[in-house]
Order: sequence, then C-alpha cells, then structure tokens
Amino acid sequence: MKNESVSVIAGTLRLVAIATLAAGIVAGAWHVTRQPIADNLHAQRMAEFAAVLGDTQFDTLDYNTPRIIESPHGLPGTAPAVIYTAYQGGELAAWVFVVHASGYNAPIQLMIGLRPDSEVIAVRVLNHSETPGLADDIERTKSDWISSFDGQRVANASDPRWALRQDGGEFDSFTGASITPRAVVQAVRDTAAWAQQNAVERLGLVHDE
Amino acid sequence: MSNQLRTVFSEGLWHNNAGIVQLLGLCPLLAISNTAVNAIGLAIATLAVLTMSNFLVSLARPLLQPEIRIPAYVLIIAALVTASELIFNAFLPILHDRLGIFLPLIVTNCAIVARAEAFASRHSPALALIDGLAYGIGFGWVLVIIGMCRELIGTGTVFAGMNLLLPTVSADGIRVADSGLLLALLPPGAFFALAALLIVRNLIRDRRVR
Repeated sequence: MKNESVSVIAGTLRLVAIATLAAGIVAGAWHVTRQPIADNLHAQRMAEFAAVLGDTQFDTLDYNTPRIIESPHGLPGTAPAVIYTAYQGGELAAWVFVVHASGYNAPIQLMIGLRPDSEVIAVRVLNHSETPGLADDIERTKSDWISSFDGQRVANASDPRWALRQDGGEFDSFTGASITPRAVVQAVRDTAAWAQQNAVERLGLVHDE
Repeated sequence: MSNQLRTVFSEGLWHNNAGIVQLLGLCPLLAISNTAVNAIGLAIATLAVLTMSNFLVSLARPLLQPEIRIPAYVLIIAALVTASELIFNAFLPILHDRLGIFLPLIVTNCAIVARAEAFASRHSPALALIDGLAYGIGFGWVLVIIGMCRELIGTGTVFAGMNLLLPTVSADGIRVADSGLLLALLPPGAFFALAALLIVRNLIRDRRVR
C-alpha cells in the first residue's frame, strides 16, 4: 500500500516534469512565430480588402471595429453579417460586406465590396466547401468567373439580369454545377439590393450628396 | 550498429511501413493526398513531428514509468504538433490554410504514438531519432505517391501550386493532359489509390516470398 502511494507521487512528479517540457516547447514556438503570424494575418486581410475595394480611394477603414448585424438581418445567410466601412476625407467611400451564400455543401463566405450607390466593386470567396474541380471555379485562383460581378449594378432584389444564363440572366454557370454559382449570384444580388434599401436607415450611414 | 540501422530503415521504409503495411494514420493519408503539394506539406510536418517525438520520448525514458507512459507520449506529441502548426502558420501560411485541420490532427496519427511505444521508449535517443526519420519518410513517400497519382489522374497536372513550398518554382505544375477524371480528387479516389498501392505492395511481397 505504501509502495503504491510512493509510485503515484513519483508518477505525478514525472508527469509534471514532462508537462513542463511540453509547455516549454509550445511557449518557445509561440514566441518565435507570434509576430510572423500576426503579420501574415494582417497582410492576408489587407489583400482581401484591396481585392474587393479595387481602385477605391480611402484613408480609413474600420477593420477592427466593423458593424456586426445579427440574424434576421435580411442579408444572405443565417450567420451574423459583418459590414466594414471605408471613408475618404470623412466621407463614405465604400462598404465591404461579409455574408454567407447557401452553397451546395456548406455556406460560402463571401466578401463583397460596394460603392455608396451600391455598385459592386468586386467579390471574393473567403471560405467554401464546394466540390473541388466541379464548383470551385468561384475561387479567384481557379477562374475569372468571380470577376463577372465587377462594376455590376442591381436594380432591385428581383432584378432578372441577376441570374444564371440558363435561368434567363446574365451570369455564366459551371459545367455540372449550377447550385454553387446560382447561390453566389443571388447572395451578391441580395446584398447589393439590401445596401441600396437599408444602408442609410439601418446603418445610419448618411452619404453627403 | 550498421546492421541495426539497415533494419530500422528497411522496416520503416518498406517491411513495416506505417502507411501501406501497418495501415496507420489512414485519415490524413486519405484526406490530404488530393494533390502532390498538399501531400508533401503534410509529409514534411508528419516527418518532423515523428522524428522529434521519438527523440524526446527516448530522452525522457528515465522519467517514464508504465502507468504514466501514455499521458507522457500524448503531452510530448501534442506539444510538438502545436509547435509545428504555429511554424507552418508563420512561415508557410497558404499551405497551412490548405492543410487546415489535418495539421493539428497529426496528433491523432497512431503511427506516431505507435513508434513512441514500440521503439523510442526502448532505445537510445540517436537510434530513436533515426527510427523516426525512417518511419516518417516511409509514411511520407506513400502520401506523396498517392497525392501525385490522384492529382495527375484528377486534373492532368502534377505539382501545381509548388510555389507554396518553393517560391522560385512555377505555380502551374507539370501539365500532362488537359483534363482529368474528377473522381480521383474526390474521397473515393483516395481509397482507389490506396488499394492500387496495396496491390503493388502485395505483388512485390509475394514475389519475394517465392
């Protein structure tokens, strides 16, 4: 009995020693990688913003304090929508919406840059789980398809041009996969229409004409 | 000693290969082998973790006693996986994103804890390190071969996106055909590729037996 308790204490102490070693490894790795990881994250976010803001001139962007709107918000997706605002000289220059389209496998996270008059600047897919090789042409690295939104305007949420060609609209579909591009087209259309209708009243963003 | 080294390598690379003989670590093997570059990335990470965990477990032998050996392995392996995840995130961020959950999931690769228990806890640190290298390379080559086959059959290209690993290399890869058979990229393709490799392995083994 006595021997057993000695072995329990010895085992505990040894395990503590090994846990300390393990914690040391993690702490060392964290110390070395902390700054590069923060830099990468910042550079990645800046690159995404630069892509969806195009040639928009802006001096401030609230990327640390965006507006977060909980569902139901009338925007695509059930997750909270995030809205960033870019200003130039104190005036509204552009919005960046992060919303979710209902993809084939899982929600597709989209970043949509809009001018104050709700013209689409550009769209990028931040995250998706669509079928590789079939529906991943929504990624900018795989195809130019996502650029077909650049400079488009939406008349209203039922604008017939904002549909796939096979549905009578103006956007190309993918061979063998129409659910994914249809979901993205509808999400961008609904976001632009929402911005047109609600931005001023729901966001209190008054753009000086 | 040199005989022992030869045994360690022939076991790790072929006769007792983690991927195609022990069939350990199948989850990352099947999930991440859709392109050659993903496979190489995961192979490098697994190799590094396996080698270091073997080395550290062997160093910690004076501290190991039967009752605590499993939690001790778990602590060491988890720390190494966390460290390698941080290092990938810091220095190969795009590859880190592509490997996704499978980088932290190296912690559940049974091949690693199997080597800690079966070898590292019973041999000297130097030999344990070499054993880790041998098994890591053994697991890695299976992963990379399956990755290359799936990418080639699935897209008609190999090594696309190689610039993620070597910035000076072209991102386009080597184009062999204009299009591929999508099935190879999807999960069933992984099972077919592994099955094909197992057939080859069995044929070679049977021929040797005769």
